[in-house]
Amino acid sequence: MATTSVMGGVVKRREDPALIQGLGKYTDDFAPVGTLRVAFLRSPVARARITRLDTSRAKEIPGVVAVYTHDDVAHLGPLLAQVPVGKLRPLLAAGEVNHVGEAIAMVVAEDRYIAQDAVEAIEVDFDELPAVIDLRKAASDEVVIHEELGSNVLHTWTYHGYWEALGLEDQTPQVDEAMQREDAVVVSLDMVNQRLIPVAIEPRSVLAEYEPGYGRLTVHSSTQVPHALAGAIATQLEMSIRDVRVVAPEVGGGFGCKLNVYNDEILVAWASRELGRPVKWTETRREAAGATIHGRGWVATATLVGTRDGQFLGYKLEGIADMGAYSQNFTVAIPLLGLWIASGQYKMPVSWTVDCVVTNTMTTDAYRGAGRPEAIYYLERIIDAYAREIGMDPIEVREKNFWQPEEFPATLGCGFALDSGDYAAATQRLKEIADYEGLKRRRDEARAEGRLVGIGVGSYVEVCGFGPAVLADIGFSWSAYGLPSSFNGSGLVRVNPDGTATVIIGTGPSGQGHQTAWAQIVSDGLGIPLDDIRVHHGDSATSPMGIGTFGSRSLAVDGTATFAATEAVREKAAKIAAKLLEAAPEDIVFADGGAHVAGSPDRGVDWKAIAQAAYQGHTLPEGVDSGLEETIIHTPGNATWPFGTHLAMVEVDPDTGDVELLEYYAVDDCGNQVNPMIVNGQVHGGIAQGVGQALFEDAYYDQDGNLLTGSLVDYPIPTAADLPSFQLSHTVTPTPVNPMGVKGIGEAGTIGSAHTVVNAVVDALEPLGVKHVDMPLRPRKVWAAIQEARA
Amino acid sequence: MTVNGQPVSAEVEPRTLLVHFLREDLRLTGTHVGCETGYCGACTVHVDGEPVKSCTMFAVQADGANVTTIEGIASNGDLHPVQEGFWERHGLQCGYCTPGMIMSSVALLSKNDRPSEEEIRHGIEGNLCRCTGYHNIVQAVQFAAARMRGEEPPAADWEGGE
Amino acid sequence: MYPRQFDYVAPTSLDEAYGALGDDSKVLAGGMSLIPLMKMRLLSPGTLVDIGRIPGLDAIEDKGDHISIGALVRHSTTAGHPLIAQHAPALAQAAGMTGDVQVRNRGTTCGSLAHVDVAADQPAAVLAHGGVAVVGSASGTREVMADAFCMDTLTADLSPNEILLEIRLPKAGPGEGSAYDKLGRRGGHSDYAVAGVAAWVKMDAGSITDARVAITGVGTKPSLLPEVSQALIGTDGSESAVASAAEHAVDGVTVLEDLYGSVEYKTHLAKVYAKRAIQKAIGSIRA
Repeated sequence: MATTSVMGGVVKRREDPALIQGLGKYTDDFAPVGTLRVAFLRSPVARARITRLDTSRAKEIPGVVAVYTHDDVAHLGPLLAQVPVGKLRPLLAAGEVNHVGEAIAMVVAEDRYIAQDAVEAIEVDFDELPAVIDLRKAASDEVVIHEELGSNVLHTWTYHGYWEALGLEDQTPQVDEAMQREDAVVVSLDMVNQRLIPVAIEPRSVLAEYEPGYGRLTVHSSTQVPHALAGAIATQLEMSIRDVRVVAPEVGGGFGCKLNVYNDEILVAWASRELGRPVKWTETRREAAGATIHGRGWVATATLVGTRDGQFLGYKLEGIADMGAYSQNFTVAIPLLGLWIASGQYKMPVSWTVDCVVTNTMTTDAYRGAGRPEAIYYLERIIDAYAREIGMDPIEVREKNFWQPEEFPATLGCGFALDSGDYAAATQRLKEIADYEGLKRRRDEARAEGRLVGIGVGSYVEVCGFGPAVLADIGFSWSAYGLPSSFNGSGLVRVNPDGTATVIIGTGPSGQGHQTAWAQIVSDGLGIPLDDIRVHHGDSATSPMGIGTFGSRSLAVDGTATFAATEAVREKAAKIAAKLLEAAPEDIVFADGGAHVAGSPDRGVDWKAIAQAAYQGHTLPEGVDSGLEETIIHTPGNATWPFGTHLAMVEVDPDTGDVELLEYYAVDDCGNQVNPMIVNGQVHGGIAQGVGQALFEDAYYDQDGNLLTGSLVDYPIPTAADLPSFQLSHTVTPTPVNPMGVKGIGEAGTIGSAHTVVNAVVDALEPLGVKHVDMPLRPRKVWAAIQEARA
Repeated sequence: MTVNGQPVSAEVEPRTLLVHFLREDLRLTGTHVGCETGYCGACTVHVDGEPVKSCTMFAVQADGANVTTIEGIASNGDLHPVQEGFWERHGLQCGYCTPGMIMSSVALLSKNDRPSEEEIRHGIEGNLCRCTGYHNIVQAVQFAAARMRGEEPPAADWEGGE
Repeated sequence: MYPRQFDYVAPTSLDEAYGALGDDSKVLAGGMSLIPLMKMRLLSPGTLVDIGRIPGLDAIEDKGDHISIGALVRHSTTAGHPLIAQHAPALAQAAGMTGDVQVRNRGTTCGSLAHVDVAADQPAAVLAHGGVAVVGSASGTREVMADAFCMDTLTADLSPNEILLEIRLPKAGPGEGSAYDKLGRRGGHSDYAVAGVAAWVKMDAGSITDARVAITGVGTKPSLLPEVSQALIGTDGSESAVASAAEHAVDGVTVLEDLYGSVEYKTHLAKVYAKRAIQKAIGSIRA
């Protein structure tokens, strides 16, 4: 089928020329004449009743146009959520605040500096209430944060019961029985998977322009989900989607935090409509840290039972996940993404329970990996502890328990089926590229010198490419935003009259190179040169409905839609070319910028001629309509299941606990690759984020609910100097779920890396008898673990 | 002050940060803002030839100075070798940190035409990137360094791969 | 991100600067600490006196009996200057580990001393080198030992109408060596010091005749550790002698817990880095 070789090839990114010259346009770069600027008054306390709120002084400051509080926006209701379990966030604090950073009042002014002056002039008094921060304490309901809910526990996810309609078997008895076996080895650890701040380098920004004469609203936002945001704004402001256009221009990193719809987006849109002027808000880094969603935030006990010779008999996880104060987009559903991959690459019964608990902190939601890094972290850490317990090589233990290639599709205890995989092959490849035996020798030599050098290995399975239509039945649905409930994707492929192609997709990428990869797909299918194809995305008014870019889904879903649209265009073009060439459609071949008759390269027409004929109408073959474009909306039948195995080598300074990441190897399998260069880039960045969680990052609230890591000074993300270069390789196991055989790669590096680094550090500390250290492995904690082991 | 070779003058409040002056008064939006503590480096520009963080400087401090922003790096439409390196070696994804990262890399190479990997990593330590894991940024700078020395750049590490 | 309003003065002479200073003013040199605080509105001086246009403050000079570092000397200059490399290696190292390239291009060594951040690198080195702060005002200049100049957290011996004009460092003589080492917040040498120690050591005929050791990161301010120095003097600088001297690394220091270290850990690190810095200083003499 493919007549050119751009698919699967390294193609330089078409996004880059603008970006490297500083000519890319991000939301904050747009400044229509007369744009008003917004600043929010945010709560300095974690939990309190607001006893007085006086905006009169602020309103008097010259240049201040409006100051809004809850009373002004109460009629709009709370912020809509996809999974409305828990307390929904008021657009502005409704008489009480429930976390530091919660928006209390909104100032609109001629200038951002003035807006900030006005924020300081707002007078507010609080009657403080005890904050609930500790997860286990929150779960105990000693203090219930939202009295009307009756409990801080919003929901409990279980492996067999997450969706009753499936009628799944509870495997807990199997796991419990295995623990009673005479030959059972039971290993258990309490572990923290700490809360993280996403830190997209571009702060979120939203610019709304309501045009009263036209009754329409155009919103530029740094969002991953332009269609979803359009739906949310329309629903919340009681407008029609017809009249709301959301444009996501260049988006400076998302990582899940721009997948939420935020109260600020609704408020800015509303204020623009109220005032009839453009209104813009761009968050500060402090706001990004405390008022944009966080990720992770779990405590759990993981238990693995197996035999002495390395056969897994069962896995149990009992955890608590922090939801924060209010539920936003997917908040309560995030652990479910982890549940589906609870058993990783291994065949064994699973018992898995996670309580979703409210605390007086910022909302948690999807951050790169979203539930999956947490689930894999617990599993892969406990496997490592088990391997140590029985004295078996950690890779060998894993290999003994992998699903085998012939077992796919492999139905899991949670009802889903792994699509395809060859876990042993990827692990074998890793051993080769890392020279595993050589590394172990080097580690052992270093140990003999008294140095603390360790090797850590970790495997993962990811579930992505969301997703199957059944998600809606489980409660994942976009219907709250007035949208179809399903997770769809879209592609429109149009051959223009001049023979070039325009591609429009529903995604909202934030650096993933869609303009390049999608051009490759279309070029491959039609034989139109890459330079003659332009890809548009991120505009809800011009693109067909597609829910957005998140969960490593764009290629598998929107890519599939585009692939199918390309096929449809080609089929139609073949009929047109056949008439022009006086041949049969089935004999038409597309290549080198046109079509020719198979076996007769001389009998050809270029795309311009085909397009001209297509738009002409009267010369078309019978039964062929005018025009040359196709739109496909695609909802996949299954998710896709990428996988891989990673390896890290570290050295620990025994005197300080300082960890140095020496080497990092990764083998990832995301099925077929459209552009290996982009795939590698995604893995690199993913690894860096996993390493960041393992070594540096921690969104830390003290017990009074103060966020002590509200700036980059105290929330250290990795710098270039903190990381080594990475050694990558891949295996390719295409998925049968979509015609391109692609799975997704956006989150893989993150899902595969945090536990790998921790496993390496624990390996380094093994000679001292250390069994576990909680992330982030800052020197203080590693040193404390060393002291404890030595004591 | 002079910005990208052009003399500019304006009246601003003393509290106006240089980055806001560049972005909002001059509409040079290639220089970005990523934090308020001087940690992210997205706002890096050259003031009198040295890379500095334009969010940690008031515009009035740069009165009379020679400022170069990302928009002034290419010459006569030709990309600077560092820009070329970032493109060739996939040294950017979302592109938000990229202008600052390029400004720091240009400054680094002006002082050291053959930096080691470690020197590159330390040279761009003041520029945070959340997308690339820095791997390809290091490769991009190595590419540019070779080009600027008139040598053939090292092969990309995806070349001759699987 | 958006500071409060202030009046801005950019004098071209010291006299003019002194005239502009008052109770509600702040001196602006590099601005690396001051401007972020103003952006977060944690500090809002009524008048900012930018000394950046006053000539003659930006040099590192050999003044015969001492080395002078002017108020506008940037970290990057301090880190790379041959006079500092020769006479104050610990300060060169500390300046090289301060911030990042851009910060080093703007921030000043004098500003770092005057700010008295609990975790700044260079003040410790200035202290270990026996530095003197030269403070100017309309009524003349005064000299303060750097240790006394660093009074408390974010508090220098500097009134609102004064300017830290220069830091004077004694010139190095034979048999002297110094070094700075730290654990940064991000591990290695990256970022502010969780614990950092600067050591200056003088040896004669194989034994230590004088020493000054200063610590940063662990306490309320960068400070000298006289007990460590005393314990070193008279020893041969052997590993065991250094280790036992380093045991005094938090004597007289109020160790504070923060996100990066418990009191116990910081106490331990102080000793580790005291030992490391002293050994490096001794090593540099022997080399």
